[in-house]
Amino acid sequence: MIIAIVTIAALATLFGLLLGYAAVRFHVEGDPIADQIDKLLPQTQCGQCGHPGCRPYAEAIANGEDDINRCAPGGEATIIALADLLGRDPVPMDEDIGEKLPSVALIIEKECIGCTLCIQACPVDAILGAAKQMHTVIESECTGCELCLAPCPVECIVMIPIREGIGNWVWPYPDNDHRDLSLSREAL
Amino acid sequence: MSDTSPLTLGHFHGGIHMPDHKAESTTQPVAAVKIPPRLILPLQQHIGAPAKAVVSVGDHVLKGQLIAAASGRVSAPIHAPTSGIIAEISDHLVPHSSGLSARCIIIDTDGKDEWAELPPPIDDFASADNAVLIERIRESGIVGLGGATFPSSIKMEARNNSIDTLIINAAECEPYITCDDMLMREQAEHIVSGIHIVQHILGVKRCLIGVEDNKPEAIKSMSAAVAAASLQNTSVVTIPTLYPSGGERQLTLLLTGKEVPSHGIPANIGIVCQNVGTVYAIADAVLKGRPLISRIVTLTGEGVAQPQNLYSLIGTSAGGLVSQAGGYTDKAHQLICGGPMMGFSLRTDEIPVTKGVNCLLVASTADCPPPEPATACIRCGKCAEACPAQLLPQQLYWHSRSRNFDKAQDYHLFDCIECGCCSHVCPSHIQLVHYYRFAKTQIWSKEKEKSKADHARQRHEARVARLERIAAERKARMRKKKAALKSKKSGDESAKKAAIASAVKRAAAKKAAAKTATDTKG
Repeated sequence: MIIAIVTIAALATLFGLLLGYAAVRFHVEGDPIADQIDKLLPQTQCGQCGHPGCRPYAEAIANGEDDINRCAPGGEATIIALADLLGRDPVPMDEDIGEKLPSVALIIEKECIGCTLCIQACPVDAILGAAKQMHTVIESECTGCELCLAPCPVECIVMIPIREGIGNWVWPYPDNDHRDLSLSREAL
Repeated sequence: MSDTSPLTLGHFHGGIHMPDHKAESTTQPVAAVKIPPRLILPLQQHIGAPAKAVVSVGDHVLKGQLIAAASGRVSAPIHAPTSGIIAEISDHLVPHSSGLSARCIIIDTDGKDEWAELPPPIDDFASADNAVLIERIRESGIVGLGGATFPSSIKMEARNNSIDTLIINAAECEPYITCDDMLMREQAEHIVSGIHIVQHILGVKRCLIGVEDNKPEAIKSMSAAVAAASLQNTSVVTIPTLYPSGGERQLTLLLTGKEVPSHGIPANIGIVCQNVGTVYAIADAVLKGRPLISRIVTLTGEGVAQPQNLYSLIGTSAGGLVSQAGGYTDKAHQLICGGPMMGFSLRTDEIPVTKGVNCLLVASTADCPPPEPATACIRCGKCAEACPAQLLPQQLYWHSRSRNFDKAQDYHLFDCIECGCCSHVCPSHIQLVHYYRFAKTQIWSKEKEKSKADHARQRHEARVARLERIAAERKARMRKKKAALKSKKSGDESAKKAAIASAVKRAAAKKAAAKTATDTKG
């Protein structure tokens, strides 16, 4: 009897120490699931999901506090990717949010008064300018989050949809009713 | 050493035999095209970053003058093909499978065809520095003229003498196209000079010129030119006619028996492959100082009155070339840029010829029958038999169709050269290549999006870190100020005392001084 108790107690202590050591030795910084979710989000930092940026939204999803269908810039593709990662069923986009076409902000420069409010609002430092100097958007850095629209006191910022060009064109999904390939008749 | 008898030829998997339709367009010599009133020069005629315009509207330019500079390492400059005035720098339709427009420089020609001052010819290239020759090739805007349009100078850059074989791609395996054939028949000597230059730059031990056996005249003239130039270890190798033997990987395998690794380039196995038209352009650039401003284009098909090859200025419209070749016939149905296998349809003929356009096929419904409606895949496996890259087209099809792109990549989607053999043999008429192109562009666009997101994340994190740092610094400053204020308060008393003491001292000294003054007076 005593031998059994001692053995079990010794084993329990041993495993307890092992577990305790492992917890320290193999400690993981941060939340790996939130990291993985964050990697799938488009990083526009737009806040349309109701969270102040992509990382907080990723953490909310990881903690089960929010659904996976609230990312407007990501659209359906992001929902499917998230569903895939988390082993859930894809759900349609949240109706309050709706999908958005990719676009970039443009400052109408002659109307800009140089108040710097948009510069402070931009989450990725894509706006260049100084007090009482004209501001401009660095197009290649703009994520199209629209966070600069609201603070502008003269409403001189507009969103320009990104045009389809030969650089970003993708082949359409093949369909059975073939495209008409013939040379247009007026050309002949 | 010239040798038309094949070495032990390698063999590539699959491939297809089909009527080559090359005789139609090789009946007459290459004709020069009249200078058209307008030339349209897209800023992107090559793989890589688009060139940057260095002229503005209204400028007068001369033939051969630089009008757009390369913008980066993988890019190529563009030169004015003739003299004239820059009419516009705007968007115009370009030869691209999307049918979209892109930025172009449009020149109203003046008909004088006045040359600009060209860089001096490098006649003695054998004693010239490699860097000088490569720079000449770069600044002449030379890109791969076989259709890939990769900037040629990059292929020439030193790789620690790891290249031992130069392959000249003169196979021209796609039906209807004959521009390389005609170039070899008429300009063999100049081509051989170009080969000599490339050999010299790369320092290769041997050079193999691969020509399909349906071009006997080209083989004859090339062999004669190689013999006349007494080039060392250079041989014209006749290869059997089998589409797609002109694919870079297929030709490499045929001529050397070596396989280019998946995701690799021929340079990985000590080989550089250049198209025969490209080496001709290199000879022009080095020996004459002329930039790439024109090329031979095949006009063929039942839809054009006089099928032939035209020596055309870059930027000439497809319609202009067709009218030079006698105009359209009643049978004209489809205008294809490239050949029937790998080309794409153009919806209008107001599209300019660019550096990479080797053929305009005005096809009748007999040349290119309209595609029959696709039916379900019956898993016959004919596509896998025909695939020259030894892929499994069926698997690629299923996965591309269901948008399962990771799986498609597991089956080596990116080793597909889009030759069209699988689609050609498919008894169910499935547009297989279209699915692969769809999958490839989707994957690229997803990758682009991902790298954009990563970039945005980095910038956002940097901004958050900066704001935090600024806030912390401000806090630290405030704390310091507060501390300074406090220490001032506590130090006040003693400072006041010291000040009073010094004031008293000063006053006493003054008094004493005044006293001594009155004393001396008194």
